[in-house]
Amino acid sequence: MTGLSPCRRGLFALTAVFVSCFAASVVVGDGRGERIVSVGGSVTEIIYALGQQDRLVGRDTTSVYPVQVNTLPDVGYMRRLSPEGLLSVNPDMIIAIEGAGPDETIDVLDAAQIRFETIPEGYTRAAVGEKIRAVGAALGEDEAADTLAEKVDAEIASAVDAAQATAGNQRVLFVLSAKGSKIMAGGTGTAADGIISMAGGVNAIDQFEGYKTLTDEAVTRAAPDVILMMKSRGAPTGSDRDLYAHPAISTTPAGRNKALVRIDGVHLLGFGPRTGSAVTELAAAIKAAGNS
Amino acid sequence: MTDTATVQAVEPAPVDRHQQARRTTLRLTLLLIATSVLSLASGASGTSLWSALGDLIAGRELALVDKVILFDIRLPRLIEGILVGAALAVSGAVMQGLFRNPLADPGIVGVSAGAGLGAISAIVLAGLLPFALRDLMGSHLVSLAAFLGGWGTTLLLYRVSTRNRQTSVATMLLAGIALGALSGALSGILVYMADDDQLRDLTFWGMGSLAGATWSKVFAAGPIILLALTVTPFLARGLNGLALGEAAAAHIGIPVQRMKNTAILSVAAATGAAVAISGGIGFVGIVVPHLLRLANGPDHRTLLPNAALLGATLLLGADMLSRSIIAPAELPIGIVTATLGAPVFLWILMRRMPGMRL
Repeated sequence: MTGLSPCRRGLFALTAVFVSCFAASVVVGDGRGERIVSVGGSVTEIIYALGQQDRLVGRDTTSVYPVQVNTLPDVGYMRRLSPEGLLSVNPDMIIAIEGAGPDETIDVLDAAQIRFETIPEGYTRAAVGEKIRAVGAALGEDEAADTLAEKVDAEIASAVDAAQATAGNQRVLFVLSAKGSKIMAGGTGTAADGIISMAGGVNAIDQFEGYKTLTDEAVTRAAPDVILMMKSRGAPTGSDRDLYAHPAISTTPAGRNKALVRIDGVHLLGFGPRTGSAVTELAAAIKAAGNS
Repeated sequence: MTDTATVQAVEPAPVDRHQQARRTTLRLTLLLIATSVLSLASGASGTSLWSALGDLIAGRELALVDKVILFDIRLPRLIEGILVGAALAVSGAVMQGLFRNPLADPGIVGVSAGAGLGAISAIVLAGLLPFALRDLMGSHLVSLAAFLGGWGTTLLLYRVSTRNRQTSVATMLLAGIALGALSGALSGILVYMADDDQLRDLTFWGMGSLAGATWSKVFAAGPIILLALTVTPFLARGLNGLALGEAAAAHIGIPVQRMKNTAILSVAAATGAAVAISGGIGFVGIVVPHLLRLANGPDHRTLLPNAALLGATLLLGADMLSRSIIAPAELPIGIVTATLGAPVFLWILMRRMPGMRL
């Protein structure tokens, strides 16, 4: 059977042409996106914001907002999508945030002639607009996407202006997870870094890119005024008391003043249509925590 | 390991274990065929093997999606599952025979640790490669690095423990622990350097999966695994003799050193290729040979082929579970093999405890 595979591939291609010519099947070929799987929390939010949620038939594990989306079948974690899992919801298009995969799955979707649209990820004001327009283009809703992008951009602009006006340049340490004594913090180029600077704060970490585990000395040297964490959806990942008890954290201004802010991670780091309100919420929280 | 005389002394009614093992082979073959059909017929999507077969027989065209699901997803996945399951189980049986230690598994020759290091290096350091090369290799980069890492580590270990053309199994065991620790430390450094996405990728890699099965992976790893597996039956007599001890085995005319070379190299090739395409799938290499020894005794002439059959069947079964429990999403298969395999194995050990000899 092994030798037959190239022939089969050829056959698939022929069948595809056949099917699309005669439009014998509504399932494959036209790619208009009437049955969409959305991969990536912010992509899903944008689809909802554009009012196109009725075209969704599936979502990935990271798509949890708005709550109605949770009733759709979950096809798995965005970086570990299984080809048959995706095909099982019978999609004609997949809209996925950059980094979704693995490549093997995308190759199989290609073979099945399923449209796969990749949306660029980014953590700046401009990137949010690009994302919305890219999703809109994939959906064939360019005008609505333009309107939404402008509205979201205006919201972000006013939120950022308001935040910068009252900002005290406080140093913010984003802690992704604190398990035991290991503190994993957000460096440059992360969503956390982007939202902190938009909210008028200063990321306390500028020596490395991405999320990394900090040594105790690095925590002390970062000297954050405020610690920012994600509000967990299930059981808390670590209590506030444990964090303050951490020897390195306790030496920092944030540790001494117990200035800890927890914000819903999907809202805070999504860089979707709700970015403006995320900036406002974070700016207010930093200010309140810094004054305490 | 027990020789035939003691077995017959312990058991009241002596049975012909060879005959029994042959019957097991037949049963396992049938079981593997049934599991394979079931595996082709089941999946998250509604694609039905039976209606597809009906269509093919009636000369109707299959829908493209059904074709892709059957021939580009389920079929390569089935073949990969059989290859990987057989490779891991046979490698485990060979290692346990060679080291005369029931706890030996392919990891003992450093192949798992080395493959892990290779995979982690590829995941974390791929960005340092020239873009053209990375683009060319695509998703195969991790597999290739894992295979080279596993194979390289085994060769190094073999060099370290071979003096005057004599491989010391004891040195190999100890050096294997040292090399394992070193690979672990190097992996640790890379994990420290990794960003959030890479961390997730390598966590999932460590849990293993057949979800990424493609024809290209089957074509790349298949020949290596098949070649290694066809060599192992020639080791069976030697491994049986080795149960008496190395000196005794040499005295009864077994070419001990040549056998060690073949065993180590074929295990490294089979396991290296299996781990490279499917990630870390634990437990199969230990459990399968044990189950078979408990059922049919330690004769490698039947143990090795039976291990291949049972290993393949178990992995296919675990894979079916892994893709149906939380469908349409999937659980990594390594989680399934461990959570189901470990308690079953414990139960069998406890039940057999009084008369058990490994």
